[in-house]
Amino acid sequence: MIDFFIILLSTAGALFSLLAAIGIIRMPDTYLRISVNTKAATLGVGLMLASAAIFFQDFAVTTRVQAIIIFILLTAPVGAHLIGRTSYFTGNRLWKGSVIDDLKGKYNIKSHELQSENIDDESKKRHSERTDQ
Amino acid sequence: MSTLDYLQYVIIPILVLSELMVFVRFIKGPSVIDRVVALDLIVTIGIGIISIYSIITDTSNFLDIAMILALIAFLGTVAFSYYLEKRNKND
Repeated sequence: MIDFFIILLSTAGALFSLLAAIGIIRMPDTYLRISVNTKAATLGVGLMLASAAIFFQDFAVTTRVQAIIIFILLTAPVGAHLIGRTSYFTGNRLWKGSVIDDLKGKYNIKSHELQSENIDDESKKRHSERTDQ
Repeated sequence: MSTLDYLQYVIIPILVLSELMVFVRFIKGPSVIDRVVALDLIVTIGIGIISIYSIITDTSNFLDIAMILALIAFLGTVAFSYYLEKRNKND
């Protein structure tokens, strides 16, 4: 029974890692590659670590495995967000099939700050207010 | 075929194959960002290989190394993104 669970979890984990590798080699765009890296790889590694915890059946090992899984779950989205933000600033273009770019015109290119309105519209509005007065 | 044989002859080759495929992207990657992402994925799949290898050799101490490797991968990604963004700002 334990062997069955080990085989199930490790097979699922290896397949998800393989899917992540295929995704990172086949995806047309940096942002899609980051997405693959964050989702599929995290699930695959988590499943493989869980199979190790089931194999050893030791309190120390299970605690260690839980620490690694929680650490990966916490840090993967943060790292993906940071690297995606940098990629947007360094001027990586979206894939031509991407439908919408929500950030377009909302980042101040000089100071790297995010604003809720389009920067061009805002400066135009300020300009019109000044001319009204 | 025992469980350990299955792990050694089926799971480990799948993981090594995926590492090789990520390494192709690491060599090819058109921008630096792609290389950073590929490096992160190489380390993440390496953690999986370490956990399977610790099952095969019945040595639970390898999981400590997996923990440290996860830490270093995160630090590497954060440092790379920080300095790449800074370099772009000064231009």
